[in-house]
Order: sequence, then C-alpha cells, then structure tokens
Amino acid sequence: MGEAIVITSGKGGVGKTTTTANLGTALALQNKKVCLIDTDIGLRNLDVVMGLENRIIYDIVDVVKGRCKTKQALITDKRFDCLHLLPAAQTSDKSEVTPEGIKAIVDELKQDYDYIVIDCPAGIEQGYKNAVAGADKAIVVTTPEKSSVRDADRIIGLLEQEEIESPKLVINRIRNHMIKSGEMLDVDEIVSVLSIDLIGIVIDDDAVIKGANSGEPVAMKPNSKASIAYRNIARRILGEAVPLQKLDEDDGVLAKVKRFFGMRT
Amino acid sequence: MMTNIQKIMIKGTRDGLTLHLDDQCSFPSILKELEHKLSINGVAEEDQPMIRVTIQLGNRYLTEEQKEQLIAVIRDKQQLVVDHIESNVITRQEALEWKENTAITPIVKTVRSGQVIKVRGDLLVIGDVNPGGQVVASGNVFVMGKLRGVAHAGNDGDTQAVVAASYMQPTQLRIGEHVSRSPDAGAEGVYMECAYVEVSQENILIDRLQEIVKKRPDLASFERRMSNG
Repeated sequence: MGEAIVITSGKGGVGKTTTTANLGTALALQNKKVCLIDTDIGLRNLDVVMGLENRIIYDIVDVVKGRCKTKQALITDKRFDCLHLLPAAQTSDKSEVTPEGIKAIVDELKQDYDYIVIDCPAGIEQGYKNAVAGADKAIVVTTPEKSSVRDADRIIGLLEQEEIESPKLVINRIRNHMIKSGEMLDVDEIVSVLSIDLIGIVIDDDAVIKGANSGEPVAMKPNSKASIAYRNIARRILGEAVPLQKLDEDDGVLAKVKRFFGMRT
Repeated sequence: MMTNIQKIMIKGTRDGLTLHLDDQCSFPSILKELEHKLSINGVAEEDQPMIRVTIQLGNRYLTEEQKEQLIAVIRDKQQLVVDHIESNVITRQEALEWKENTAITPIVKTVRSGQVIKVRGDLLVIGDVNPGGQVVASGNVFVMGKLRGVAHAGNDGDTQAVVAASYMQPTQLRIGEHVSRSPDAGAEGVYMECAYVEVSQENILIDRLQEIVKKRPDLASFERRMSNG
C-alpha cells in the first residue's frame, strides 16, 4: 500500500508541476514505483514537462467517467519503467470530476504503487479540492516572495482542515545573492512565518527551465544544483519510511532553523 | 389593612431614597401598595429638587415590561426619578451571556491567512497570527506568539480593551471603532508590547507591556469585565 502526496501552493507559477515531475523522477531513481497524477484539468502541463505529451490516449476525465480503465490511461515514462503518468484532460473542465472520483482513482493506484504524486492546480476552489481528496500527505511549494508565502499560508490553513498529515514545505527558486543582499525573504524567515517542517530548498537554476522545455526533468542530470535538491527531497520523503541516517539530512536544516530562533529570542 | 408585614420599606440615604420591595408577595400587590404609599407620602412642593430612587428587589426577578411598569408608577410622582433597579437574581440566559463575555477563550493554533477567529470576551492566541489572518474579540486580545495579521479588540465598541502580543508587527490594529495601520515603510516588529486607546488623543498607542498596568489597572478585574457584558 503506497502513499499519496499532493503538491500544492495556492499561488500559480511557483513550480508545482516542476516539483511534481522532478520528485517523481527522483523517487523513480530510487527504484520506487511512482505514479504521477495531473489534476489541473483544462490546463494540463505535467505531460509536457515529462516529455510524454505525444503518448496520451485517455486521460483522468475518461477514467472518472468510466470511459476506460485506470490502467489504460496510464502512460509509462520513457526513462523508467517504474514511473507512470495519469494525464489531465485538456478539453474538459474542472467541474467534470469530483473529489470522490479522484479519491477512488488514488485509492486504486495506491495498491500498485509506492508513491502517488498529485500535481494540484493553482487556486483554492474545485480543482484544489479534487487534488487534495485522495492525498495522505501534502507538500506546499513556495518561492521567497511575499505573495507566494501569503498564499502558502492560506493553503496550509486549508490543508489543516483535511485529514492529512501536517504539510511539509519546499522553498523553490531561491536566489542566494538576493537573499544575501536582503532583497529576498530568507529561508528562516519563511519557515518562521509558515511554522511547518521544511523538507527542501531548491536553488533557482536555468537547468530547470531547460529541462522542462526539453521534456527531460532536471532531476535526471546530477550536475545541476536543482537536481541534487530534488533528489535530496526524494530521499527525505523516503527517510520518513526508513528513518535513521536519512533523517539526519533533514535534521541538519531544521536544527539550523532552531538555532536561529535560539539566537534571536 | 392589607397585611401586617410591610411590602415596601422606604429608606432615606445620602444619595436619595432606597425602596426595599418584599420578594415574596405578588407583583400586582407591590404595584398597588407602591401607588398607595407614594400618594400619601409623596405630597411635596413643586420646586423641590428631584429625588433619586434606588429599588432593591431582593430575590425577585422582573421582566423588562414589569420594570417599565414599576418605573412608570414612581415617575408619576414628580419629584421621584428611578436611578437603578437592583436584583439578586438573573435569568439563566443572562448568566450564560455574562459568562461568555467575561471568559478568556484560548485558541491553540497558528491563525493563518484567510482565517478569522471571533470570540466573545477575551481571546488568548497560543500561536502566531500570520499576515492575512484576523482575530476579533469583544474583550481583550492577547497573542502569545507573533502578531502579524489584523487584531480587533473590543469589537462591540469597548475602547478600554487592549491588544497585547509577544511580538507586535500587525498589519492593522483595531480597538473599538479606532483603526491604526502599520507604516508603509517596512517597519520591524517590537517585542512584548501592548496597544490601547488613549482617550485624550482619540487614537491607538503602542507601549511596553509593563506600561499597561498604569494605563489599565483594572484590566483583569472581574468588575470591568462584568460591566462590559
């Protein structure tokens, strides 16, 4: 029985889809059976980022409406046999599916996969509710911008009402030189406001955009900083199932945050 | 002669008259006797000053309607004016409202963007209030964590209410009808501060938490919280 993780942010354009694609890839690199689900119906992107657009025959709306079996709609990744994608529909509307419909699919997939990674659409309406319905865990993605942190805070508030474990935080698109010069919110400040556990930080990296455009998730190329960051997040996710050494990496970041508080208060 | 026991006892004090009404007999009989008594005793010259009357009901409960009747009877006598009516008893509903208005409600969570916490009485937030979050109380607002959102104390109009926080960096503070907002330039927050309304200046001031003892010495007293109810 696997677990379902929803990747959400509230705000659009902070990197939910990129995070989903790269986490899925990084988990597959660890030989886990992973299924990615795109719930952004009407504005599907995950298939493009994964470079699988040309393989789509059925989509999630077809599955919900019973026009095909779940297995028929799943696309196998071109790099890993253990990585699959359930694409969103492009021609339908978010109202075509219900939270119950998505939950049924996620529950079915959980039987066969170790991890189900759900890409959530922006916003807090129907699409968000659909995406969150089947999830066991949540990862909130934010960037070091005020508006994005504000929306992340809103989403965390909504997630707390769901039957989901306390969400984990990914801070995306960090520009070190801007943080150093004080022009960007720093990591400690964001964690202090959102007061949830940090599971990873990702440096703003040109390779991420390059990878998304070429349909090759950056997590495949170990020479970029962002790639290492995504692989580390995947390890921390696995670390929760198998604690000991792997949690230490996570502790390092958290301890740093705690020390920061200790100094200031 | 109605009964041997006097249903109404009139006492003169420095502040005026106190009417002690018997709490065992029926209300109509009280009214009747009151009318009777006041018509014998209340003959006085027109130019005398008004006499303030306090009515002690003892263990009798009067509805608003009955109180009006009582006041009307006394008002008929030109020199008498009812100052207030005291009773030892209140209704269950009033008692519950009292309790609500004087209680401190603890909230153990981070109040996040888009969330509104609204209580009667005092509010104690054990956690942060994040930007976009809002806490509202008819009494005081105390935030044990960081106040970065909007806090509204005394939302029924009580300007004696205060907002206190361990870390004060609110987007907006409201006390009663007064509103103050954070400066436009990114101001740093301050630790252990308390906001209150300075009556002479008609606006919200923020001072060290220790100073509030001088400004609101009766902050925690039961009387203040009761009178707010």
